Amino acid sequence: MKFPLFDYACPTSLAEAVALLHDRRDEAMVLAGGQSLMPLLAFRLAMPRLLVDLKNIPGLDTIRIGAGGVGLGARVRWCDIEENAELPTAHPLLAAAIRHVAHYQIRNRGTVGGSIALADPAAEMPGIAVTCDAEIAVTGNAGARVVKAADFFLGPMATCLAPDEIITQIRLPPWPRGRRWAFEEFARRRGDFALAGIALFYDLEPNGDVANAHIGVIGASDRPHRLMAAEKAINGAVLDAAAIAAAADAASSAVDPMADHHAPADYRRALVATLVERALARAAK
Amino acid sequence: MLVTVTVNDEAVTVDVAPRLSLADFLRDNLRLTGTHLGCEHGVCGACTVIVDGRAVRSCLMLAVQADGQSIVTVEGLSEDAGLTPLQAAFRKHHALQCGFCTPGMITTAHALLSEEPDAGADRVREVLSGNICRCTGYIPIVEAVLEARAAYLDKQGAP
Repeated sequence: MKFPLFDYACPTSLAEAVALLHDRRDEAMVLAGGQSLMPLLAFRLAMPRLLVDLKNIPGLDTIRIGAGGVGLGARVRWCDIEENAELPTAHPLLAAAIRHVAHYQIRNRGTVGGSIALADPAAEMPGIAVTCDAEIAVTGNAGARVVKAADFFLGPMATCLAPDEIITQIRLPPWPRGRRWAFEEFARRRGDFALAGIALFYDLEPNGDVANAHIGVIGASDRPHRLMAAEKAINGAVLDAAAIAAAADAASSAVDPMADHHAPADYRRALVATLVERALARAAK
Repeated sequence: MLVTVTVNDEAVTVDVAPRLSLADFLRDNLRLTGTHLGCEHGVCGACTVIVDGRAVRSCLMLAVQADGQSIVTVEGLSEDAGLTPLQAAFRKHHALQCGFCTPGMITTAHALLSEEPDAGADRVREVLSGNICRCTGYIPIVEAVLEARAAYLDKQGAP
């Protein structure tokens, strides 16, 4: 379908963009790569009267890697992450997860900030943000603030962003050497949205026990979230078959999957257990 | 809004409505109807064009977003009226039947091989997974792309 009628603005500064959004806060939306927004417009699921394009705002397309972790500018595209030579060591979980995002052409335009702002429960980037305790930097008419990923996502396609706020950066904490990790997702066709996915990492104590386990799930609840019960099942334990089974069991009890024409809820719950098993086995290798 | 883009090496400036998609701009304003519109919501890949060297879905992009950028459509791939080596390989391997998906397949494969002329079968399949074909079953398309690699490798070696 053709897009609905809207005005288009292409500001050259963040302040100008925020002012536009604030002036027309009941009817404006932010446009970055547009790979999710354009289909919403085509289906009339979104009918903004104004699109504020971020493409000419400098500084939003930078990947910063340093002692403070990884900072992804809101307009960093999937292909930028894929082609970055440092990320596979600076943040291997991020690099692995992003390989599952969408198809070739979409990856050439889709952005990190767009995915976070859209908050699809099955999307990889929000899942990585929540699993890794990321911080999301936003700027609005009331000023700049930093929101913890755990507080950012409120439900399917719902976030705590005010209408005049723009995501500027996603900050992932530093990734220590030797950290164990895995990303597993299952989709009917690679690049499609996951029926469920698991992102996880943990550190090893000198005696070989698991510490600091972070296990996040996508596609099996109304938003990405951590599976605290599954983390508890392996923290302080040696990661053997019994611990992995206990974590998988705890994970499937902790999710509240939706049923749709792709899969019933029970299937997704079983899938979460399987993916936790696979991911822990892969991380332990 | 006035939009200035380079399309197949030709600069054009056109006054367009903000809601006009890049696909409709190419087809309706510039009459470049080689770019096909299938689903119009980013699923089928038929409308793929190359913007600043990267394959993108022209149905998921506004014409106004392309301002200042360089676009190559399927019409811009060959310098004369003949077939490019990639197009010739599609013909040889029967990689098309109805032809509706073909412009998107060709532009996508061209963008891929221009960057990765040694792409393997798995990579070709992964990249083409965003393009739907209802006729061929994909096997001849993958064969055609793999055969066309030689021409891109030669081009890379040339000055």
